[in-house]
Amino acid sequence: METKRHYDAIVIGAGPAGLTAGIYLSRAKLKTLILNEGITGGQLILTHEIANYPGVENISGYQLSNIMMKQAKTFGCEIRSSIDILDMELQKKVKTITLSDQTEYTADSVILTPGGRSRTLNVPGEDQFRGRGVSYCATCDGDFFTGKEIVVIGGGNSALEESVSLTMYASKVTIVHQFDHFQAFEHAVEEAQANPKIHFIMESVITGFYGNESIESVGIKNLRSGRTTNFKTHGVFVFIGYLPNTEFIRDKVELNNRGEIVVKHDMSTNIEGVYAAGDSIAKHFRQITTAVGDGTIAALAASSYVHGLKAKQKHLITT
Amino acid sequence: MLYTNLKHLESAADHQKAISENENVMVICGRMGPMCIPVYGIAEELENEFTHVKFYDMEFDNPESHVIRNLPEVRGFMGIPFTIYYKNGKVVKATSSIQTRDQVKTILSREFAASVTA
Repeated sequence: METKRHYDAIVIGAGPAGLTAGIYLSRAKLKTLILNEGITGGQLILTHEIANYPGVENISGYQLSNIMMKQAKTFGCEIRSSIDILDMELQKKVKTITLSDQTEYTADSVILTPGGRSRTLNVPGEDQFRGRGVSYCATCDGDFFTGKEIVVIGGGNSALEESVSLTMYASKVTIVHQFDHFQAFEHAVEEAQANPKIHFIMESVITGFYGNESIESVGIKNLRSGRTTNFKTHGVFVFIGYLPNTEFIRDKVELNNRGEIVVKHDMSTNIEGVYAAGDSIAKHFRQITTAVGDGTIAALAASSYVHGLKAKQKHLITT
Repeated sequence: MLYTNLKHLESAADHQKAISENENVMVICGRMGPMCIPVYGIAEELENEFTHVKFYDMEFDNPESHVIRNLPEVRGFMGIPFTIYYKNGKVVKATSSIQTRDQVKTILSREFAASVTA
């Protein structure tokens, strides 16, 4: 299959930043397409309950993303999900995006909102025991570990807060962290330290997951002594932050050393006509509200850029 | 209640009917949580591509889901959703916890080999 279609703007990614950009662009009467490799909603759908989204008292991420998607479609935005992007040409004035099925889309402007994903440890046994003792979600899998001893890996807010919530089920929670101090907020650290079920192994990393049908132990290496010990456990919860989904644009736009897209105040990248927004850009705070804000700014800037191009073309035709 | 766009299995009888009346069946047994929702979403999107496969969900906390939770194939599973693939009523594959679209597609293509609608 080989077809070619031109849009005023193409948005890559359908999380809150991408859907917001889609809403603003299509409402500005720009022909807009959202291309999404994953599930519409992105990381947003993974949030069980959102209580701090202004104007909405309580809503699940799944419901909020569905509303955003419908809103974007109402204004005429097209959305294609579960696609594979084969190649992108962003340097030229007319941007080209080619999918693995050879469908080719062109646009005057592109907004990159690929989002992020949970970071994994990438140590032996992690894939083998995922769902068999290795988990990334306390609220999902906590009850499988009722009365059992578990390990939590990480030192940020998620690790500390989820450790406390896991003590509702587990008889003992051991937090393993690579540094001698935590990155979490002080109140989260204090709450974990005050919990008698929570124990700490600092300046240590996991070297592997071991077991048969399910996990039975982990290797823990002390970074000071270099000594590795085998630590018996029934389960391991991993909360070590997020990675931006920017591998596919590594050579296309400027990224920082963490792989995040470098943007200016109007969300423009180093490539003319290319903007970025959401969790994949270089910034400190990552919230649904900040993604929505970024998406709005990127869409308004892209809209201004595209309208400017159209005005120039009109001027050339009339003179 | 699972508020997905998949067909829901509400009882053990529903489950039995689904796997006995259809050659290729995928059942996702989970909750409305972060590890489960992506798998429902993947299934919803693959329904149009794998038209020879019937896709269902079943609520993990529904007591009737014992038909999934007590399968020998899920022994050792400690992460939802439990995703079960049936061919002619027999379990041919079971996975635990979140899966990627590629992982699901690979299983569907391998276990339910048939001409896939492009």
